[in-house]
Amino acid sequence: MIIDINFVGLIIASIMASAVPLILASCGELITERSGVLNLGVEGMMIIGAISGFALMTVTGSLIIAVFGAMLAGVLISTIFAFLTQTLITNHVATGLALTIFGIGISAMIGKNFVGIPGKEFPVLFEGLKDTIPLISPILFGHSIVFYFAFALPFITSYFLKKTKIGLIVRAVGDSPESASNQGINVRIVRYACILYGGAMCGLAGAYLSMIYTPQWIENMTGGRGWIALALVVFSTWNPIKILIGAMIFGGLTIIQFHMQAIGVRIPVQFLTALPYIVTIIVLVVISRDSRKIRLSTPSSLGKSFHKDN
Amino acid sequence: MHKFLIRSFVSSLVLLFTLTVAAIAKDVKAAFVYIGPTGDHGWTYQHDVGRKAVEAAGFKTTYVEGVPESADAERVLRQLANSGHDIIFTTSFGYMNPTNKVAKEFPNVKFEHATGYKREHPNVATYAARFYEGRTILGTIAGTMTKSNVIGYVASFPIPEVIRGINSFTLAAQKVNPNIKTKIVWAFTWYDPGKEAEAAKALIDQGADVIAQHTDSTAIVQMAEKAGVYAFGQASDMDKFAPKAVLTSVENNWGPYYVDRVKAVANGTWSQKDTWHGIGDGMVVISGLDSQMPNDLQAKVKKLQADLASGKVHSFTGPIYDQKGNLMVAEGKTADDGMLAGMMTYVKGVEGDIPK
Repeated sequence: MIIDINFVGLIIASIMASAVPLILASCGELITERSGVLNLGVEGMMIIGAISGFALMTVTGSLIIAVFGAMLAGVLISTIFAFLTQTLITNHVATGLALTIFGIGISAMIGKNFVGIPGKEFPVLFEGLKDTIPLISPILFGHSIVFYFAFALPFITSYFLKKTKIGLIVRAVGDSPESASNQGINVRIVRYACILYGGAMCGLAGAYLSMIYTPQWIENMTGGRGWIALALVVFSTWNPIKILIGAMIFGGLTIIQFHMQAIGVRIPVQFLTALPYIVTIIVLVVISRDSRKIRLSTPSSLGKSFHKDN
Repeated sequence: MHKFLIRSFVSSLVLLFTLTVAAIAKDVKAAFVYIGPTGDHGWTYQHDVGRKAVEAAGFKTTYVEGVPESADAERVLRQLANSGHDIIFTTSFGYMNPTNKVAKEFPNVKFEHATGYKREHPNVATYAARFYEGRTILGTIAGTMTKSNVIGYVASFPIPEVIRGINSFTLAAQKVNPNIKTKIVWAFTWYDPGKEAEAAKALIDQGADVIAQHTDSTAIVQMAEKAGVYAFGQASDMDKFAPKAVLTSVENNWGPYYVDRVKAVANGTWSQKDTWHGIGDGMVVISGLDSQMPNDLQAKVKKLQADLASGKVHSFTGPIYDQKGNLMVAEGKTADDGMLAGMMTYVKGVEGDIPK
């Protein structure tokens, strides 16, 4: 097979497209975790976003309503989690798992009426520039707005956490809710906001799957991507830029292993299929092995409930 | 007075009829056990369409979806058998042992296991569809319509059902176009739209201009539509998902068989058997052919369909060689059902190895 340069561009573009839902969900969850809340409901929030986006698109016919509706649905379902964990002080892990199970169930119920309906075409930007520069053009142009947003998000998130006052407040709440509270910060409100933001990003990630990546609704269509997003947050040691790297490696190896199969590389297929999971973990562990930095970036109060009265 | 008599006679007739219907409906309860959700628009969805046909025929039905092929299956089966169901359809290969095990405990309940081969007790029947006949038609179309002579095939798991499909498809494609290559990508999933789309994209990027699939979602035909190549629908008619890409679909049509078997229980004529129906019996249905196919190809496909239905043509007619060149089926012979049921070798012309 001749490897021409445009072919490489096409592969990189597919890798980036497959990384989008992981980046969105991980960056959302990262903010939630940075505030000290462990929300294992990512998969559930994504699938709710997927069905909400698809259903709204089918019913209203408006892509804008559908995209924002999916984010709103993510916010609404994460409100349940926020209320339980922050107001009723329930256990984060158990509540998050329940959220995922709830999300999968309710999305299947709503989705019954939307099976077998084709999705709408989502507009792409800069389509005309797609053939102008070899290699670069297919990577840069001809994608949906959500795609560009996803690739800007890790940098925005990084800037937000490091350079803005609100970012510092979020980190303070995650590292030491007691001190933050003594400084007059309302820990509960900050955590509520971070949980809802995470919900919105997970909703958007789900909508990307059901509206743009594979425009259709079928049950369980997120296929465990929520869990991968969760793992990326941990293995990236709560660093948005490393999330970007991890998501690209994961998406990339999934696609490259398909290409290797199609070319006929004689490596056991089961090994190729497992490769993305193994390599992503190894790479992230290796690039984050500085234990001092891990201690610094791990939110110290992650998963611990905070009572103001104590 | 006359009027009253007639009226009461008629109404008692109606009552009698209603009672009889109610008796049948009450007497026979059918249950269905599904591996996936009914919302998969693929394998399970089509079984559920069959279940609805049973319901429409006046019988009560129950279904349990998303049942793992493990000890859970036994529990679900026992529960269904205990709760007054007379016939239970288990619709996935992995339910084979649980079905036979539970069947032994409930000799009065009929069990119907899809795609399996074990009938250890007189109350267990098996049934499957000859989907490979449909793939012979797809192969013929693919071999004719390809311009790059590279045909992509997204496969799920290396089991005889899938291998048989790949072989049948490739043999048919080679027959009309000896230069074609079938590139196979194993997705190791029955349905994961994202993964299926990525697998299809990889094949398209490597020059495949016709994509066949043995996974269930519509993601592949949608990807084909986006990329401007051809594809085929799987399990149900997927034309509306990709009107330009989909040339035809192979549909699973379980309804007639299900109604037939439930009625047999109602009439007391049910007996154990092994059913393997194809195009001829209507269990495998070819959807409408796309107008992009040239007229002579359409005619050829229609004739092939009729010949497969009548048995004049068999998908596996010799001489067939395996990848190493060993003779599998001699000239003039056709593969018997035993060989088809256990087919785990590629025929000559398929590239790559079967994952072990």
